[in-house]
Amino acid sequence: MPPAGEGPGPAGAFVAVVRRDVRAAGRRPAEIAAPIVFFVVVAAVFPLGAGAAPATLAALAPGVLWVAALLAALLSLGRLFHEDLEDGSLDQLLLSPHPLALLAAGRAAAHWLLTGLPLLAASLPAAVLLALPGRAVPTLLGALALGTPTLSLVGAIGAALTAGVRGRSLLLPLIALPLLAPVLVFGALATRAAVIGIGPAGPLYLLAALLALSMTLAPFAIGAALAAGAE
Amino acid sequence: MALPARRPVGGFPAHCRIVPMPRPPPEAPLLGIEDLAGRRGDRLLFTGLSARIGPGEGLRITGPNGCGKTTALRIVCGLLPPEAGAVRWRGRLVSEAAGDPVWRREVAFVGHREALKDALTPLENLRFSCALGGARSPVRLEEALERVGLGRERDTLTRELSAGQRRRTALARLLLLRDPVLWVLDEPAAALDRGGAALVERMCAGHTAAGGAVLFTSHHPLRFGGGRVRERALAAGG
Repeated sequence: MPPAGEGPGPAGAFVAVVRRDVRAAGRRPAEIAAPIVFFVVVAAVFPLGAGAAPATLAALAPGVLWVAALLAALLSLGRLFHEDLEDGSLDQLLLSPHPLALLAAGRAAAHWLLTGLPLLAASLPAAVLLALPGRAVPTLLGALALGTPTLSLVGAIGAALTAGVRGRSLLLPLIALPLLAPVLVFGALATRAAVIGIGPAGPLYLLAALLALSMTLAPFAIGAALAAGAE
Repeated sequence: MALPARRPVGGFPAHCRIVPMPRPPPEAPLLGIEDLAGRRGDRLLFTGLSARIGPGEGLRITGPNGCGKTTALRIVCGLLPPEAGAVRWRGRLVSEAAGDPVWRREVAFVGHREALKDALTPLENLRFSCALGGARSPVRLEEALERVGLGRERDTLTRELSAGQRRRTALARLLLLRDPVLWVLDEPAAALDRGGAALVERMCAGHTAAGGAVLFTSHHPLRFGGGRVRERALAAGG
């Protein structure tokens, strides 16, 4: 317990944002489940359309898994800041004495905990449904672990830019998809390399570089977008 | 006749210089609003709003629905840029101070949207506000809820509260934030019963008595501050 008169510092504010979002989402489990269910359903339905021959599926699985992960993340990003704008919480974020970029990073971190992390778990049944060879699964998990935080961080820039826009469900993918394309490309590339049996290190390093870049820059972009959007 | 040598006045030793006492600066207003104009979308809502609020004073902005009262408050908080004119806090432009943690600590805003998360309880919402605003010991959270009359609802989900109870929760935030000097309240008594309106008056009275300032919009006059609450009507823009 902090001493009387002393408030929590910036780190405390970051933790408070994450904790609030996770707790609020925990009371509305259907909303967390929706993108994850979408992800698994894509993996389950895809063999019906593409044929169930394991060789065909294994060749297509990396791309399908990553496209599904990207769309699942986008699905949940639309609401990220719109709700804050509607209920007035955004004003309080903007008026907080703590750095806006830090609070924005907290929102993105919570988004990853609520969609990225469950996607990692859901990728195991999805990989089975798509007949992904067992040797590629560790690479898939590693690539998703590196790629999904970037999806949350960079996607949150798009969510912040479109928070107050009426056609945001249309606009958000238009803004975010080009920025997220590298994650899709390198994620699928790493997974495919593991399926074929060549080293996936190159694309994995690139995913890690993208993550480092977005962790350092995206919070500031999200903050700037939120401040501009409030006007 | 030769003048006598100058002697120090009043018998001071020669090495003492008499320096005039520094005069206290003229009572500077906390908040200065200068010829403000506001716009929403393409519509110019109001022009020529000027006012000064000093310590212990209140200012009520009046006007019919849609005349830009909320916009004016948001401009004062630095959430919107003014169309024309300026807002100064302690002599400094708010637009320049916007990124300054000191200014943000000194202003507390309760808008007509309460900034509450439906899936959280009032207690959890307040705890979050504390972390966001830099606040006192969490022990006071329960006390603040008691003071706004929500002692029994502290663990009820906010979505199950009535409009008046939500408003009371938002007002409880004012009691917790560490050191806001300026309260900016948008229709603080909306949706409140008579007891709630009296509570707002008591809170504002306590705040101004402690040297704070209150800027508010209200369709009903709030009585506090013993005549130190002025009114400004918004004039419609062109």
